[in-house]
Amino acid sequence: MNPLPAEKINKTLSNSGLQLAIYESTGRLMEKRRKALASPLAADFETWREQANRIKRHTIENLDHYLEQLEQNLTRNGGKLVWARDATEAADFILNLAKENNAFRIVKSKSMTTEEIDLNERLENHQLEVVETDLGEYIIQLARERPYHIVAPALHKTRYEVADLFTEKLGVEREVVIEKQTMIARARLREKFLSADIGITGANFLIADSGAVVIVENEGNARLSSSAPRIQIAVAGMEKLIPRAQDLATFLKVLGRSATGQPLTVYTSFLSGPRRAGEIDGPEQFYLVLVDNGRTRVLADRDKRQSLYCIRCGACLNHCPVYRKIGGHNYPWVYSGPIGAIISPQFHGVTEDPWLPYASSLCGACGEVCPVKIEIPKILLALREDVTKAKKREGGGGLERLAFRAWAFLMRHPKLFEIAGMAAPALISDGGGRWIRSLPRPLHVGPIARWLSQRDLPPPAERSFRQLWRARRRRS
Amino acid sequence: MSRDHVLHKVRTALGRSAGQALEPVPEAGIEIPEVFIEARIDQFCEAFEALNGKTYRAASLAEARATVESILAGRTAIASNAPLLTEIGITTLPKVQSGLADRLDLREACSTAGAGITSADYVLADTGTLVMFSSTEEARMISLLPPAHIAVVRRERFLTGLDELLTREPIPSNRSSSMVLITGPSRTADIEQILVRGVHGPGEIHAVVL
Repeated sequence: MNPLPAEKINKTLSNSGLQLAIYESTGRLMEKRRKALASPLAADFETWREQANRIKRHTIENLDHYLEQLEQNLTRNGGKLVWARDATEAADFILNLAKENNAFRIVKSKSMTTEEIDLNERLENHQLEVVETDLGEYIIQLARERPYHIVAPALHKTRYEVADLFTEKLGVEREVVIEKQTMIARARLREKFLSADIGITGANFLIADSGAVVIVENEGNARLSSSAPRIQIAVAGMEKLIPRAQDLATFLKVLGRSATGQPLTVYTSFLSGPRRAGEIDGPEQFYLVLVDNGRTRVLADRDKRQSLYCIRCGACLNHCPVYRKIGGHNYPWVYSGPIGAIISPQFHGVTEDPWLPYASSLCGACGEVCPVKIEIPKILLALREDVTKAKKREGGGGLERLAFRAWAFLMRHPKLFEIAGMAAPALISDGGGRWIRSLPRPLHVGPIARWLSQRDLPPPAERSFRQLWRARRRRS
Repeated sequence: MSRDHVLHKVRTALGRSAGQALEPVPEAGIEIPEVFIEARIDQFCEAFEALNGKTYRAASLAEARATVESILAGRTAIASNAPLLTEIGITTLPKVQSGLADRLDLREACSTAGAGITSADYVLADTGTLVMFSSTEEARMISLLPPAHIAVVRRERFLTGLDELLTREPIPSNRSSSMVLITGPSRTADIEQILVRGVHGPGEIHAVVL
């Protein structure tokens, strides 16, 4: 059971440069989304969301059917579907394949699933070279960090930090102009693309009726990773399935707009196996590694399995007042923000990070912007309930129960309640009629102290509701 | 075996049994507006230019050839094997290489050429998108490795948008191992959300409408 990483969070909160970077970047992403939705092209956005939700619900409820269909069609296209129960199985398959093919250099395009299974580390432990090629991923790989955001992995890095990083790791002269930094990365990575043996990509969608993998991106690195090396491996969670290619008409429209405010991203690749007779280029071997790694556990909960509808657009992160303060690295797993807060406990069990479902103000913004209409706030509440139950099972949560019992007792005894109400103002120093920060010192203990460290209390009213009510009755 | 293990777990979680019939499938949300060809072309040009692409209209084959020549402005280029490009005479332009059929030769040529010239299988009007299937005529690398991409397309190829494309090609994998939708020049905003073009793919993109 990991406690709330309060110290780490405080460090983020007191780093003004970082606070500004998170605030500005998520703000820009929100603004891009808002503009895209205001366009007449997106007039049907609400209908698309409904449709996206309907399709995902249907697919998840009939997942076994579509998994088999996907496998059949992918095999017919000359590809191979590899089933991986967990991270080890996924990595072992790739390691063996690399060995069989004398492969050493691997180029990778952005994939949250491979982050989830720590694929790079596992491969590097076996002397393979793994190069991230998405600019943001490349930066954080050089910095040896985890992605800060689902869509913008290096969102927390300023150009100056990138300049230092490039100087240190690439041995180039310090360069702070973003365009030039980008060109440095382009040149470095171009060499890697052209000499790599294996390309590993993620997948945004798996298409059952076509046996295909769909990847959306803006840079072109996923196209290069999937088409330049002789072996392509796509790694994806099995919840990425949708039944038909035609369903892309809905999903591509909501994904780009929600993520970066684009009606379509620059490149959408629809890939369905190795290159065929007559095709000039493309990989000779094509694999789809389908990862469970805990997904079937999530699937078993009827009410919460909708968490698997997620298409990883990152909109809930950008709109979350908590994410925008604490950033991406204070969440316990690679998935941060509201979606991370609901899926991590379901993958790992609620007792691992019991504070996580509480890392939300329940403002509801995440649910409002979700393009597939996952009821994130509702799931957060359900998870809180699970946490409480688990604590009770383990005999914990005593203080909280005691507090609520005391409260219930007071509520049932009006006279006592009133006396307590009158005692409160006497206990609390009033901040001269303004909001107050302080309870009397002796009360600054345990949970109360933690609570007060981030919050304030309004001054108690001069007269309570009961007093006002009695005065009113006397007047009439 | 992992396959059976995972499938079994999925079925147990959902309370389904092997081979159980599928629940009614919701219809795909496809909607195709009626837009005349001329309006589609206008719409495409507007969307494509908004993404910093350049558009040109050519009334004849000769004009298309001259347009491509002026876009190249002396740069070397590699042209795809699309018959349209031969027909226009683009393959005979100076410094334009064509007819490559070997994967490695092609890759080598693409990584040094100043521009890649292709046709496109379809064009999507509303989003300003080029749709390209990989084939004997069109290689994947020509629109990807060189710093500039020039696409020459006939007006009949203009569709209203994604919905019409997926109606024409309901199973894109029946036609090719790769279908790529290209909407503007390669770009990134990974550092401080500031837009930079030409990160891995072409930073410059041109469409010549025939």
